[in-house]
Amino acid sequence: MANQSIDVRRIANLSRLKLTEEECGVFQRQLESILGHVESLGALDVEGIEPTSYPATVYDVMREDVPGPSLPVEAVLQNAPEQAQEQIRVPKVIAEA
Amino acid sequence: MSLAASSIFSLRQRLTAGEISPADILADLSTAILARDPEIGAYLSFDLEAAQIEAAAADLSLPLGGIPIALKDNINVLGQPCTCGSRFLERGYTSPYNATVTERLRAAGAVPFGRMNLDEFAMGSATENSALQITRNPHDLSRIPGGSSGGSAAAVAGNLAIAALGSDTGGSIRQPASHCGVVGLKPSYGRVSRYGLVAFASSLDQIGPLTRTVEDAALILQAIAGPDRRDSTCLDVPVPDYLEDLKKGVAGLRLGIPKEYFDEGIDPAVRALVEAAAARLQAAGAELVEISLPHTEHAVATYYIIAPAEASSNLSRFDGIRYGRRAPSPADLDDLYRSSREEGFGADVKRRIILGTYVLSSGYYDAYYSRAQKVRTLIRRDFEQAWGQVDAILAPVAPTPARKIGEASSDPLQEYLSDICTLAANLAGICAISVPCGTVPSGEGTELPVGLQILGPHLGEATLLRIAKAAEL
Repeated sequence: MANQSIDVRRIANLSRLKLTEEECGVFQRQLESILGHVESLGALDVEGIEPTSYPATVYDVMREDVPGPSLPVEAVLQNAPEQAQEQIRVPKVIAEA
Repeated sequence: MSLAASSIFSLRQRLTAGEISPADILADLSTAILARDPEIGAYLSFDLEAAQIEAAAADLSLPLGGIPIALKDNINVLGQPCTCGSRFLERGYTSPYNATVTERLRAAGAVPFGRMNLDEFAMGSATENSALQITRNPHDLSRIPGGSSGGSAAAVAGNLAIAALGSDTGGSIRQPASHCGVVGLKPSYGRVSRYGLVAFASSLDQIGPLTRTVEDAALILQAIAGPDRRDSTCLDVPVPDYLEDLKKGVAGLRLGIPKEYFDEGIDPAVRALVEAAAARLQAAGAELVEISLPHTEHAVATYYIIAPAEASSNLSRFDGIRYGRRAPSPADLDDLYRSSREEGFGADVKRRIILGTYVLSSGYYDAYYSRAQKVRTLIRRDFEQAWGQVDAILAPVAPTPARKIGEASSDPLQEYLSDICTLAANLAGICAISVPCGTVPSGEGTELPVGLQILGPHLGEATLLRIAKAAEL
């Protein structure tokens, strides 16, 4: 199994979480305890065992391709924190040249 | 007995006899909620006026005609809030559509009424991790109701709801049902559509009923089960009549007693009640068979890799862009994501997102996630082998009765370990139910309910309910 040290700041960045210094410290301690327990799986022999991603007996279910109504624009926009011209408004994505 | 304290079955008899109207039930419930919910805290919100309008038009000839049913606040009802117990969705989100279970309940004549408290995004087993309010156990207000469907369980137990829906990812229906002394059913994976349930861990989540009686659980499952073109994991398999064989008893059934679920980690008083329930089923004609589920001890480690991994992916949709909380004055788009998530998520949710991101991250994926998926196969095989010997399995739901509010360990691992009895059913995708089997004195003048867990094979709900009916006190 992997080394149980975890760089919480790096993983928080990957997760798009900001985290305060205090949160980082608490999570560091708590996650190391959890990962310590999880290490126990390393002792099991799983050679040749198929992984289970879904506990179902069927895969790749396709429904009939029948067009149906989508949510109306106003129903979608009712929850948008900011909107303009029937669209969701976001901060500028493209940086100045 | 007050209407608010009645079973669906008895209310249906009185409704169809013309003795009462759906409006009477709602009025009685609203009186009970106003009187007692301030101290229990099961409801996050409810809209009595809308429910009264809907109830007035309810078709009483339908199986759930005129019955109000409370929904955990992670199940969408068009036009209603769906907070998931989170600051993220506390404001700025009104459901723009109905969950399939909402439509199915309505198609059966039921009236969705009330949004029930839960641990934030259904992550927790105490309902203490709701960012919005604490829910207390109606049997002892100093104690947790369990979780994450704690509001649903407390409302049914406290006579503030006739019945409720919850969701169960690792025990979140069964454990609060056990702690609150009500019936809680987690259907098999694929039995009930999750369309419109805010996803936590998609390979584990199922929606199911919390009710006063086993018969009521069967009535609700009958209404919500069945294929749905909007959830590809929902199986296209006929739904049996769950009431038909409900009272056939347990004579001739073989019930497994897995030794791993009765070890020293289980409170002796809980174990004694579960063993007494097993003995009653034996006296009613069932045969008890000692079995082994050898990979049980690995369920917690397996679950706490797989569930956070899936959660980290599912919760990436909460980005501050389309709905819910958006942090004010972000520096740029990336800061909008980070600040909105920092403000919107509570500690347990953040911890699970980080854990999930870690086990999926480059260099760790094989060691953690792939390995956990393989151990999941071993856990499934344990059950598959058991079904060769027995028709169902008996076990505790939780190692102890409900603990005190505010006494969670500062080490989340200790809380996670208390999920040991319920996780395997989700990992294996099988069905399981908690049915009250007695109470334990708290030592402070209150009696704390304890549930018997019955686990059955995939899509084996009919037999499961039949055994639960026989075990009902």
